[in-house]
Amino acid sequence: MHSSKLIQVGRRLAQALPSVFGVIVISFILTRALPGDPAVYFAGDMADKESIEQVRQALGLDRSWIEQFLIYMSNLANGDWGVSLSTGRPVTEELLARLPASLELTLIGLTLAVAIAVPLGVLAATRPDSWVDHICRLLVTAGVSLPTFFTGLFLVYIFYYLLGWAPSPLGRLDILYLSPPQVTGLYTVDSLIAGDRETFVASLAQLILPATTLALFALAPIARMTRASMLGALSSDFIRTARANGLSGRVILSTYAFRNAALPVLTTLGMVFSFLLGANVLVEKVFSWPGIGSFAIEALVASDYAAVQGFVLAMALLFVCVNLTIDVILTITDPRVALDD
Amino acid sequence: MTRISDAMQKKIKHFRYIMVQNPVTIFAFSLFGLIVFLAVFGPWITPYDPLATNATNTLKPPNWDHLFGTDHLGRDVFSRVIAATRLDLGIAVSAVALSFFIGSALGCSAGFWGGWTDRIVGRFSDTIMAFPLFVLAMGIVAAMGNTVANIIYATAIINLPFYARVARAETSIRRNAGYVFSARLCGSSDIRILATQVFPNILPPMMVQISLNMGWAILNAAGLSFIGLGVRPPDAEWGIMVAEGANYIISGEWWLAIFPGAALMLAVFCFNLLGDGLRDLVDPLRRT
Repeated sequence: MHSSKLIQVGRRLAQALPSVFGVIVISFILTRALPGDPAVYFAGDMADKESIEQVRQALGLDRSWIEQFLIYMSNLANGDWGVSLSTGRPVTEELLARLPASLELTLIGLTLAVAIAVPLGVLAATRPDSWVDHICRLLVTAGVSLPTFFTGLFLVYIFYYLLGWAPSPLGRLDILYLSPPQVTGLYTVDSLIAGDRETFVASLAQLILPATTLALFALAPIARMTRASMLGALSSDFIRTARANGLSGRVILSTYAFRNAALPVLTTLGMVFSFLLGANVLVEKVFSWPGIGSFAIEALVASDYAAVQGFVLAMALLFVCVNLTIDVILTITDPRVALDD
Repeated sequence: MTRISDAMQKKIKHFRYIMVQNPVTIFAFSLFGLIVFLAVFGPWITPYDPLATNATNTLKPPNWDHLFGTDHLGRDVFSRVIAATRLDLGIAVSAVALSFFIGSALGCSAGFWGGWTDRIVGRFSDTIMAFPLFVLAMGIVAAMGNTVANIIYATAIINLPFYARVARAETSIRRNAGYVFSARLCGSSDIRILATQVFPNILPPMMVQISLNMGWAILNAAGLSFIGLGVRPPDAEWGIMVAEGANYIISGEWWLAIFPGAALMLAVFCFNLLGDGLRDLVDPLRRT
C-alpha cells in the first residue's frame, strides 16, 4: 500500500518533467524572438562592437539553434539567467530579493479568499435559493467581471481617501517604520520573530487592501467550485444512505460530503494560483508593492528583456511546482487515485 | 421542409422560454446591443473630441457640461470612455476570432485524426497552460514588441488552448457519428468532412466558449495596457485611462479612474452573463 503510493508520487513527479521542458522551450523562443539582433539588446545601449560580439558568443548566437538551446539550458541550470540591464545585477538575484514581498501578498490573499469562499460555497450548496446562495452567486459573477486593478483603486479611494482607515497605498511599510531584520523576507513573520508588535501591525495594515483586492478576485472560482462540488456530493447515494441511517446533519456535512467535495476544490486552487500570479502584477502596480510584478513592469518599460523573460520563466516554474504539490497531495490523500491507474 | 421549420420553431420557442425564465439574459443582450452600438457609432456621438485638451478646464468633477468630469489635460472623460469602446472591443474581438479559428482547426484535427496529431496539439496546449496566462502574455508582448497588434496576438495565443480543448472534445465524440460515416461513403475527403459535417455541429458549444471568453479577453487586454503595454497615450482605452487616473485617486479625483473602470466592468459583466445565458440555451443540462 505504502510503496504503491510512493510509486504514484514518483510518477506524478516524472509527469512534470515534460511541462518543465515545454516551459523552457517557450521561454527560449521568447528570448530569441526579439526583433532585430538579440545580442545588441542583451549587450545594452552603451555597448560597443566588441562587447556585442562578446555577448553573441556568450549566448552562443553564432551557433545552430540546437546548440543555442543546450547553452541556454546549461546557463539556466547554473543559475545564470542573464543580467538585468536597468540594475546591472543578475536577474536571479533581483527576482529572489523581491520574491518574498510578492509571496507574502499572494499567500495572504489566497488564504483570505479560501477562508471566505469555502464556507460560503458550502452554505450556498446546503441552502439552495436562500439569501446565502444569492449572495454567493452575486459574488461569483461580480468576482470574474471585476478588473483587479479597478477593485484595488476603488478600495484605495474608499478606505484611504474617504474613510482614512487604511494607510497610504505605497509599498510594504509606512516610511515611519524600519523594515524588520530579514529572516524569511515576509515582513509580518519577520517582525513577529523580532518581537516587534508595532511593525507587525504596520505591515499588516499595508497588506490588508492589496490582499483584499486579490482575495475578491480569487473568491469567485473557489466559491463556484465549492458550491458545485458540494451540490454534487450532497446529491450522491452515500449521502442518502448516511441520512437513511440516521447520522446527524453535521456529521454528514463535514465528514461525508465536505471531504469528498474538497478534492475538486483543491484542484481548482492550482488554477486560481495561476490567475493570482497574473493579478499580482496589476495589484502590485496599484499599491506600489515592491515585488517581482513591479520589477517586471519596470523592466518592461525599460525594455529590459532578460529581466522580463526571467520573470516569466520564474512564474511558470513556480506554477508548475504548485500544481505538482497539489497533485502529490491529491495522490496521497485520495484513495480513488490508486484505482484510476 | 416542414420538419426543418418545426425544428426552427422549437428552437425559437426554447429561446423565448430561456429569455422569459431569465430576465438577466435579456438585460445582458440589451447591454451587448448598447456596447456594439457605441463601438460602431461612438466617434460620432461623443459630445466632445476625446483627444482635445483644454488647459483652462482640468480636473473638473462631473457636472452637466461634462457628465464624467474632465481629466488632468482637460479632456472630457465621458467622450473618452465612449470612444474607447471601439478600441477595447476591437482588440478583444480580433483576439478571440484568431484563437477561435486557429484553436478550432487544431482541436478539430486533434479530435478527428487522434494519434500523433492529438499528442502534439495536446502537448502544445498543455505547455501554454503551464504558464500563468497573463504573465505569458506579458512575455510575448515584451518579445514581439510593444504594439496593439502584438497585444492581440498575445491574447489570442493564451486563449488558444481553451478553444482547442473544446473543439477536440466535441469533435472526438462526433468522429464516429452516422453522418460522418455516410459522408465518407459518399466519397468526401477528411478535410471536407471536417469542414462541412463536423465543424458546423460543434459550433454551438464553441459559441458559448466565445462569449465566456470574450469578457476575459477584454480584461486581459485592459490589464496589459494598464501596465503600459500596447495602447499608447493619448489614445482612449479603458485600461490606460484607469492607469492615468490612478495617480489622482489618492488626492480624491475619483472620476478619472472610476468611470472607465466601471465601463470595463460592465462590458466584462455583460459578456459573462451572455455566456451563461447562451450556455443555458445550448446545453440545458449544465444550467445552474
